[in-house]
Amino acid sequence: MAYTDVREYTHLNDDEVAEIGRELDRIRADVEASRGDADAAYVRRVITLQRRLAAAGRITLLASRYPPAWLLGTAMLGSAKILENMEIGHNVMHGQWDWMNDPEVHSSSWEWDTAQPAEQWKHSHNYIHHQFTNVIGHDNDIGYGILRMTRDQKWHPVNLGQPVYNTLLALLFQWGVALHDLDIEAIRKRRKDPRLLAKQLGQIRDKVGRQVLKDYVVYPALTGPYFMRTIAANASANLMRNVWSYLIIFCGHFPDGAVHFTEEELEDETRAEWYLRQMLGSANFEGGRFLHLMSGQLGYQIEHHLFPDLPSNRYAEISVQVRDLCARYDIPYTTGPLHRQYGQVLRTIMKMTLPDRFTSHDPAPEPPRKARRRRLSDDERQGRRLELGHWSRSASA
Amino acid sequence: MAHDSVAARARKVAKALTTPLTPDDYFALINPLWSARELRGRVERVVPETDNAASLVIRPGWGWTFDHAPGQYIGIGVQMDGKFTWRSYSLSSPPRRTGRTISITVKAMPEGLLSEHLVRGLEPGTIVRLAAPQGDFVLPDPPPARMLFLVGGSGITPVMSMLRTLDRRGTVPDVDLVYSARNEADMMFADELRGFAAAHPALRLHERHTDVDGFFGLDELDGLVADWRERDTWACGPAPMLDDIVEHWDAADAGDRLHVERFSLALASDEAAGGTITFGSTGRTAEVDGATTLLEAGESVGVQMLYGCRMGICHTCDVPLASGRVRDLRTGEEHDQQNEYIQTCVSVAAGDCTLAI
Repeated sequence: MAYTDVREYTHLNDDEVAEIGRELDRIRADVEASRGDADAAYVRRVITLQRRLAAAGRITLLASRYPPAWLLGTAMLGSAKILENMEIGHNVMHGQWDWMNDPEVHSSSWEWDTAQPAEQWKHSHNYIHHQFTNVIGHDNDIGYGILRMTRDQKWHPVNLGQPVYNTLLALLFQWGVALHDLDIEAIRKRRKDPRLLAKQLGQIRDKVGRQVLKDYVVYPALTGPYFMRTIAANASANLMRNVWSYLIIFCGHFPDGAVHFTEEELEDETRAEWYLRQMLGSANFEGGRFLHLMSGQLGYQIEHHLFPDLPSNRYAEISVQVRDLCARYDIPYTTGPLHRQYGQVLRTIMKMTLPDRFTSHDPAPEPPRKARRRRLSDDERQGRRLELGHWSRSASA
Repeated sequence: MAHDSVAARARKVAKALTTPLTPDDYFALINPLWSARELRGRVERVVPETDNAASLVIRPGWGWTFDHAPGQYIGIGVQMDGKFTWRSYSLSSPPRRTGRTISITVKAMPEGLLSEHLVRGLEPGTIVRLAAPQGDFVLPDPPPARMLFLVGGSGITPVMSMLRTLDRRGTVPDVDLVYSARNEADMMFADELRGFAAAHPALRLHERHTDVDGFFGLDELDGLVADWRERDTWACGPAPMLDDIVEHWDAADAGDRLHVERFSLALASDEAAGGTITFGSTGRTAEVDGATTLLEAGESVGVQMLYGCRMGICHTCDVPLASGRVRDLRTGEEHDQQNEYIQTCVSVAAGDCTLAI
C-alpha cells in the first residue's frame, strides 16, 4: 500500500524528523567542503578509461569479420556504453561535477550516448523523478508508464501482457527512455501542449538520427562487405547496455521494502520529510567496487536520492553514515545482493499482471519500531503545521 | 581561410563517428593539446622574473592563433582543488605567426591564491585552459611617431609585449618609458629594458624606485617628457595611479591620446532595483538587492553556475535570460530580450527575472 504521511509511517516525532534533516544536511555540507583534486582526478580517469575503451572497441570491430575480434570489440563497446551512460552521463547531467567549473564536464553541456536528448532526460529524471520520487501519479518512473508496479495502480486487462512488456522494455530500454519525457499518459489524456510535443519529437528525431547513423550506417560501412556483422556487433553492444541499465534502474525503487506514496504526502512536505521519502522509496544493492562502477554507483541508490548532485565516488563513504543514521532512528535501509533485489522486482511485476484477488497480498513492509513504540494517539501527535509559508505571504502582499 | 574550412568540414564529417562527443575528445587522449573544444595549453617553463613574479611560457593547443595584438590579455584557467579558477593576464610575448609558445608574466599578490599558485606552485607540464586574446590596449600598426608609456609595477607586462614587437620589427619610434617599481629587485624585465634603451637611442627608459624616491608625481612630467601632451600615451598600473593620469590628461585636453588598461573593475551600482531571481530548471529563487550580481545570487542559494573571470571579460558565465529585466553594472545598459545571453557576473536584477539555467 502507498503511504500518505512519511512521518506517521516512520513513527518519528517532529523533532526527530527535523534532527534527521539536520544530520543529512551536515553530511552534505561535509562532502561539499571536501570536494577537491582527488574527486576531479577520479572523474577524469573514468572519462579517459571510457573513451579509450570505446575507441578500442570501434577499432577492433573494423575486423568484425573475425569472430574473436567481433566478440572482443562488442564487449569493449558495450562496456564503454554502459560506463558512459551510468557512471559518466547520468552523474554529470545531475550536476555532480559542475563544481569543477569545467565546461567540458558540465550538466549544461553534456550529451550522452543514448537515444534520449540530454535536455529531456534532465527534465524527466532530475526534476520529475527525483523531486516526486515514488509518488503515485507524479513519478513516471514507477513502471515507466508501461508496467503496473503496485496494487495502488488500478488493474486493467492490458496488464495481462506485463511479462512481455517487461522483456521488451529491458531489450529496448534506450528507446523507452527516449520517449519518457513525452509523458505518454499526458498525451493519452490530451493534456500535452502540441507545440511542446512537436518540439520534443524534433529533438528526439535529431538525436536518434545521429545515433543510428553512427552505429548502423557509418561504422558498418567502414567494414565494407562485413557490413552486417558490424551492425550485429553494434546492436549487441547497445543491447548489453539496454538490459544492464534496465536492471540497475529497476533495482533502485522496486525491490520489496521500497515503498510508494500518495500525493497527500507532498502537501506541506518539509525538506526533512523529503529526505525520509527518498530513503524509504529507494533500495540499494551490495557488490564490489567494479559492480558499483559499472552501475554508476546506483547500488547506493539511497545515498544518490538523498544527494543527487554530490559526486558519485563519494556515495560509498556517505552510505556508512546514512546506515548509521537509519540504525539510530529505526528507519528501514533496504539492501541486498543484486540477484535477490532483481528477483523481488520480477516477482512484483508478475504479480501485478493479475487482478489483486488472484494474488496473495504483499507482506506490507514492516513499519519500524512497531514492537517498541506504540502509535501515538491523535491527541499526542502534533497537528499539521497550518501557518503559511513565506512565499504565500509575499504573494498576497 | 580555405584551410580552416577544410578542417572544419573534416571535423563535421568525423563527428558522425564520435557523436555525441567530438573528434577532438578522442584526439586529446593521444595528446592533451589536440583539442580545440576549449582552448588549452601546456606550461612549458616557469621563468622567475623577480622574487615574487614569474613568466609562464605556455604552449597552446589546437585552435590557438598566434596573431594577437601586442598589449592584449588572455584568460588562464587553472584547476585548483579540482576547480577551474580563472584570471586574466597580459601577454608579455610578442605576436609571432609561426610561434609555438606564448608567455604571460604573473606577480604573486598578497592573498592572491591563484597568482601565488601560478608563480610558485605550477609544475611544467601542467595543462591549463586558455581564453583567446582580447582587449584594445594595443600597439597600433604602424606605430605612432612619438610614444609615452607610464607604467607601475606589473603593468609593465602588456607594454613589454609592445616593446618586444617594436624591437623585433626594428621599428622603434621615439619612445619615453616611465617605469615605477618599489625597488630594483621588484623591477621586472629591468635588464631587457636597459638592453632596449642601449640598442635604440630613440628609446629612453626612466626608472623610478618608489621605496626610495616616492611615487612619480605627474607634475614631474613636464620636466621629464616635455612634449607629453603630443605623445600617444599608454598607461598601465594600479587603479589610483590610472585615475590620476586620466584626470591629468583630461585637464590638459589630451584625453584622446591616452590609452589605459585596468586590471580591476570598479563596479558602479546605483539605481538597479533588485528583485526575485528564479534559476530556471533548478526551481531555486533568490531575493536580491540592486547590487548583488546574478552570479553571486545563484551561488548564495546553491546553484552551481559556470563562471570565469568574474569581471565581465570571458563570457564563461553567460546564461540566457528567460524573462524579466537585468542591468549591466558596468554600462547601466538594460537587457530584456528573451533568450539573450547575459553575463551573470556583472549583471543585476532590475525587477524580477528568470534565468534559463
